[in-house]
Amino acid sequence: MGNITILESINRALADAMEADETVLVLGEDVADPEDGGVLGVTKGLSTRFGDHRVRSTPIAEQAIVGAAIGVSLGGYKPVAEIMLMNFTTVAMDMIVNHAAKLRFMSGGQTNVPIVIRTMTGSGFANGGQHSDYLEAWFAHTAGIKVVAPSNPSDAYGLLRSAIDDPDPVIFIENLPTYFTKGEAPESGHRVPIGKAHIVREGSDLTIIAYAKMVQEAAAAVEALAGRGISAELIDLRSIAPWDRETVLASVKKTGRAIVVHEAVTPFGAGAEISSVIHENLFHALKSPVQRLGAAFCPVPFSRPLEAAFAPDAAAIEAAAAALLA
Amino acid sequence: MTNRPGPDTTTLVAIYRRMALIKANDERSRKVIMTGRLVMPYYSPRGQEVIPSAVSANLNDSDYICTIYRGTHDMLAKGVPLKDLWAELAGRVTGTCKGKGGPMHITHPKSGVMVTTGIVGSSMPIANGLAWSSQLNRDGRVTVAYFGDGASNIGAFHEALNLASVWKLPVVFVCQNNEWGEHTAYAKATSAPRVADRAASYSMPGVRVDGNDVLETFAAARDAIERARAGDGPTLIEAMTYRFHGHIFGDADAYMDPERKQAAIAADPVPRFRGWLIEQGHAGEAELAAMEAAIDAEIDDAIDYALASDFPDVAELGRDVFATEAA
Repeated sequence: MGNITILESINRALADAMEADETVLVLGEDVADPEDGGVLGVTKGLSTRFGDHRVRSTPIAEQAIVGAAIGVSLGGYKPVAEIMLMNFTTVAMDMIVNHAAKLRFMSGGQTNVPIVIRTMTGSGFANGGQHSDYLEAWFAHTAGIKVVAPSNPSDAYGLLRSAIDDPDPVIFIENLPTYFTKGEAPESGHRVPIGKAHIVREGSDLTIIAYAKMVQEAAAAVEALAGRGISAELIDLRSIAPWDRETVLASVKKTGRAIVVHEAVTPFGAGAEISSVIHENLFHALKSPVQRLGAAFCPVPFSRPLEAAFAPDAAAIEAAAAALLA
Repeated sequence: MTNRPGPDTTTLVAIYRRMALIKANDERSRKVIMTGRLVMPYYSPRGQEVIPSAVSANLNDSDYICTIYRGTHDMLAKGVPLKDLWAELAGRVTGTCKGKGGPMHITHPKSGVMVTTGIVGSSMPIANGLAWSSQLNRDGRVTVAYFGDGASNIGAFHEALNLASVWKLPVVFVCQNNEWGEHTAYAKATSAPRVADRAASYSMPGVRVDGNDVLETFAAARDAIERARAGDGPTLIEAMTYRFHGHIFGDADAYMDPERKQAAIAADPVPRFRGWLIEQGHAGEAELAAMEAAIDAEIDDAIDYALASDFPDVAELGRDVFATEAA
């Protein structure tokens, strides 16, 4: 496959961004090298290379972390704040939703908040109910925030560089269980535009729209479906807010069928929004109703068989696709 | 308190000018709402004029403040122009924020007013970040975070003070203790007898001053701001004051002890300081009367300007959400 992991490519994107622009800062729990450069080493080497004034480990205090990121960005810097796990963003929701997202609008455009919040999550690591949730819909539902979730090393690099360049707050979601997935190494300086999806594989019978780890699961499903004579088109959404309507609608117009897959629970999820927009625009072109495939509507469970059954996997995606064509 | 000389005459008169402006502006705000000329949520700062007036006397234009919904006094003391302020209160396109922020979200970077929050406790974590930018720039700027006594019970206060101390940030936390958190009395909601005592938990100086006394407040603010500017870290100032009105305009304030309130109003810090200035020979009656008349005229102009200004175009709904307007 490739020669770089998602984790390494995030580290490289941070290092390259800090090298290119001295206003780029990193802050968060354990991010500096004396604290191991992050609990999984995503930020390893940065404080040694760029100094502990630019790469600062913080107390376990998410409101203080996001608040400091907002304030320093108002002072002209471009901070990348790590909120270790996505569930911990809930502790800082006031700073994210009431302040980061709204200051540009409420100030009439006089100020803006160019911050990136990196956060990891994902089921499959037996972390139970408070360390594994996908909460992207909460942020996508807030005007003023962008949300991205890469599925491979090259996109992780390119989206992170774009997120750091972006003049508005971006939530950058990392999937813990696939940190060590390898892929092609991105070229230095590579950018993936926020809001632009990627067609992973072209097909004609149905469109599968996924992001983050679900792209890997869907890719396996698409392979299996091909063996059954079903031609599925796979779209890696990459950005959830804003999302690439143009690419999705063009694909579904062609195939007439769609399944939206995410690891977040199904009700009120991103799949509901995407499905609704497809129905609003392509009602008469659809051969069947758009399907949503998300996690069970319960907290992420601990016990292994429960956790294995919680989120969609390749087999579930394959089954849903086959059922759509039956 | 230090034994250093107090502010000179020019500074004292400038402090009084801010206080007189805040008082007159507050009286006018309530009148304008009462007569139905404007509809807005209004949190009167009456009674708390001294604090930002004395603090701002130690700040430069380039220094930052973050304040809260009860913050018109903080904004005016820092120099937000009256016309821009009133146009924002009236929701007009000529306002500080094009009418999109309103009274609880006045922002005016030119005078250093970076954030006005409607969320109790949220001025402090952001003030830290602004202070961090000054620390990185080594530009000597100081950030002041204003908040009320009620905010000292919320988590953000504790997270922010801890971080400011650990990072030795050039920030000054100014708690305006007006004895009330919304409708609940200080002692009923706050375990510490003094907010200033909480500074000890964060290894920073905590000073309680009479926030209705100009000289005392000025001296404490000067020490804290100089300390921050010198890179010696944050200070928590608890400035004791009293809110003359209910939490929000229209609140009948039945929960406030009428005797205590009357006593506070009888000791109104604005006329008290005015009298002192004259008594001490820092200013003459005629000079102050002329200043007050000029302030009244300036407020008249600002209100006329605001009410004659256009409302923002409805297209503004799609602007300033992101840098690029949504398609």
